[in-house]
Amino acid sequence: MSAIPLNHVLILACILFAIGFTGVIVRKNTLFILMSLEVMLNAVGIAFIGAGSVWQQADGQVMFILILTLAAAEVAVGLALLIQMQKRFKSLDIDLLSKLKG
Amino acid sequence: MSSSTSTALLSLLPFYPLLSFLVLISVGKRLTWRFAASISIAAMALSALSSFLLVTQLSDEVLVITAQLWTWFTLSGNEHIHIRFYLDGLSGVMICVVSGVGLLIHIFAAAYMKSDQHFARFMAYMNLFIVAMLILVLADNLVLLYLGWEGVGLCSFLLIGFWHHEPNNVLAARKAFIVTRVGDTAMAIALFMIFKEIGQLTISDVNQSAKILWIAGDSQPYWIALLLLGGAVGKSAQLPLQTWLPDAMAGPTPVSALIHAATMVTAGVYLIARMHGIFLLAPEVMTYVAWIGALTLLLAGIAALAQSDIKRVLAYSTMSQIGYMMLALGAGAFSAGVFHLMTHAFFKALLFLTAGAIISALHHQQNLFNMGGLAKRLPLETSLFGIGLVCLMALPGSSGFFSKEAIIAQLWSSTTAGPLLWYCAILGALLTSIYSCRLFFLAFLGKQRFDTQLQPSSSKLLTLPLLFLAMLSAFGGMFAGVLESSLANVFILIPEISLLNQPSWLHSVAISAPFIGIVFSWFYFSNYRVSSTGISSKVVEQVTPLVQFCQQGLGFDTLYRTLLVKPYLALSALNRKDVFDQLLMLNAWYIAMCYEILSISQNGKLRWYAAAIGLGVAVLLVYLTVSPSMITASAMNSTMTLAIMNPTIITLNMRAS
Repeated sequence: MSAIPLNHVLILACILFAIGFTGVIVRKNTLFILMSLEVMLNAVGIAFIGAGSVWQQADGQVMFILILTLAAAEVAVGLALLIQMQKRFKSLDIDLLSKLKG
Repeated sequence: MSSSTSTALLSLLPFYPLLSFLVLISVGKRLTWRFAASISIAAMALSALSSFLLVTQLSDEVLVITAQLWTWFTLSGNEHIHIRFYLDGLSGVMICVVSGVGLLIHIFAAAYMKSDQHFARFMAYMNLFIVAMLILVLADNLVLLYLGWEGVGLCSFLLIGFWHHEPNNVLAARKAFIVTRVGDTAMAIALFMIFKEIGQLTISDVNQSAKILWIAGDSQPYWIALLLLGGAVGKSAQLPLQTWLPDAMAGPTPVSALIHAATMVTAGVYLIARMHGIFLLAPEVMTYVAWIGALTLLLAGIAALAQSDIKRVLAYSTMSQIGYMMLALGAGAFSAGVFHLMTHAFFKALLFLTAGAIISALHHQQNLFNMGGLAKRLPLETSLFGIGLVCLMALPGSSGFFSKEAIIAQLWSSTTAGPLLWYCAILGALLTSIYSCRLFFLAFLGKQRFDTQLQPSSSKLLTLPLLFLAMLSAFGGMFAGVLESSLANVFILIPEISLLNQPSWLHSVAISAPFIGIVFSWFYFSNYRVSSTGISSKVVEQVTPLVQFCQQGLGFDTLYRTLLVKPYLALSALNRKDVFDQLLMLNAWYIAMCYEILSISQNGKLRWYAAAIGLGVAVLLVYLTVSPSMITASAMNSTMTLAIMNPTIITLNMRAS
């Protein structure tokens, strides 16, 4: 099996990142925003893994594990916030949380 | 007494009342009436005593006593402005009048204002007034004189508005302050001009240098004298700045006696007499002074005829008597003017204080038409008031006679006055006797027109000063000789007015004028004095338009209101949004605009912020790729490539923000 060129991996990572970012901006539902964030995180993870395998370094995989842990922690906090939000506003619309308007 | 003792005495003169003022204004509220009254009266007594002592020290050998306290400040051209007191014949007369009459009025005021809850404050202001007045008359230079000048103006303001719960009193105080300020501004400009032209401000030096620098008729002394006259006119309530004085009667009666009759309003006369060196070089201005005096005395005499308030009659009478003084100054009869100032201080203080006693006995009734028949009920006050009126009318023998006749005698042949002004003075004397008689008949004769119980005051403190003043008024003419000799040394530059080539009938006409007035009013105001009970003799005030016109001071108030006050108010209403204010507000408007714009971006929407961050990163990326030349260091270049190759950094950045 021939090695996948790094460029392809990076292009995939960019596409995933762009999709995730678009999701964060476009979606109103906070749950979907969190999911889009996960997509963005994984895009970064792919880039790390790809780079690690090209340079034959373990750093890339270490970085990916770090990102995974981070994502898990983030989701835990994020979901707790979601529950609170549902309780208070009976809705998950992110635009309702605009008290800090200038 | 050695000269150093008199110097020390002179330098301390204004400080006794100042000390009393400081005590009363700081802890006065906690003092009892007895204590507060004794402090203020004791301070005045000390001042009066030292004044008399000092004046006896003046003689032909000792013309001037000076006392230098300290140097106030130094002007450019090495002109030092000292706090230095200068006592000569003229200021000697003034300090005796100010502290002597002031002492008597303080004693009266202590009893008169006893029940007022702000008694200490009242006495404090009265003391402060005496301080300022003494500084004014003793000042060695014009700047110190101006300090006293403004000081008495301030005290006048404070005391007219002493009962400040009445809006009318406050308005009167404000009016007095603003109107006199017009004159004061003219005077300040005069001081600037004197300093510019002569370079000195010490009064005696100015008088002498003016004589050396200029000859009579030069334009500089003309303008300086005219501006000084402006100041004098404002302070002394002469035409055209006379409107404040009748309203100033809103103050307590002792204030009217002290400030608005005896002392402060004569400051203008004092100023002109003090600066005679300059006035003598401006004969035209002397004529203006005489005419202002003559017109004011006629106008005030006519206005006094129509007043129904006893204090306003006296106020207009004060104006007209100061008109006589001005007339004397304008004619060059300086000693006669100052003499009349002194006798007027005696009898007008007596009249005001007696009026105060009557007013308080009648439960603050000031309307003449609600008095009547007081002669039987208040015999002491009636006789005292009668003495005052006799002096005011200048009947032969009284103090007013000596001073007023001295003025009138010199008018005819004076170079700056003349026969026309003499006729004015005679007409004024006639008017004086007519309004005096009207006042006397209305208040003291005729039928009683009030039904309240009289409340005559038996306090010795009230009657003693009145008796003293009555004596001074009756026998004040005796001071003529002393005064003449001491003033002769002051007015040394002034040419004597020759009385030789006058028609012989002048004197007899002048003496008989008041009698004609008395006879005229005896018949004309007969219904005021007859006490018959018939309905036909009922005295009511008839308010015809003419009477009303005279009552309001011959329409000057209305004139000024339409000419000055209304346009000014209209202008300020027009400029309610001040133009210059708007220029400053431009700043505020700019800041507010920036705030509006920036707050649009802070809309609180999380997705908006995320998009903004994304946009920012994109812009940064594009910028860094397109123009690498902008980055100077090669190290930065490597960072840039790393950033492009590794989007993680960007992601992490983004999450951090």
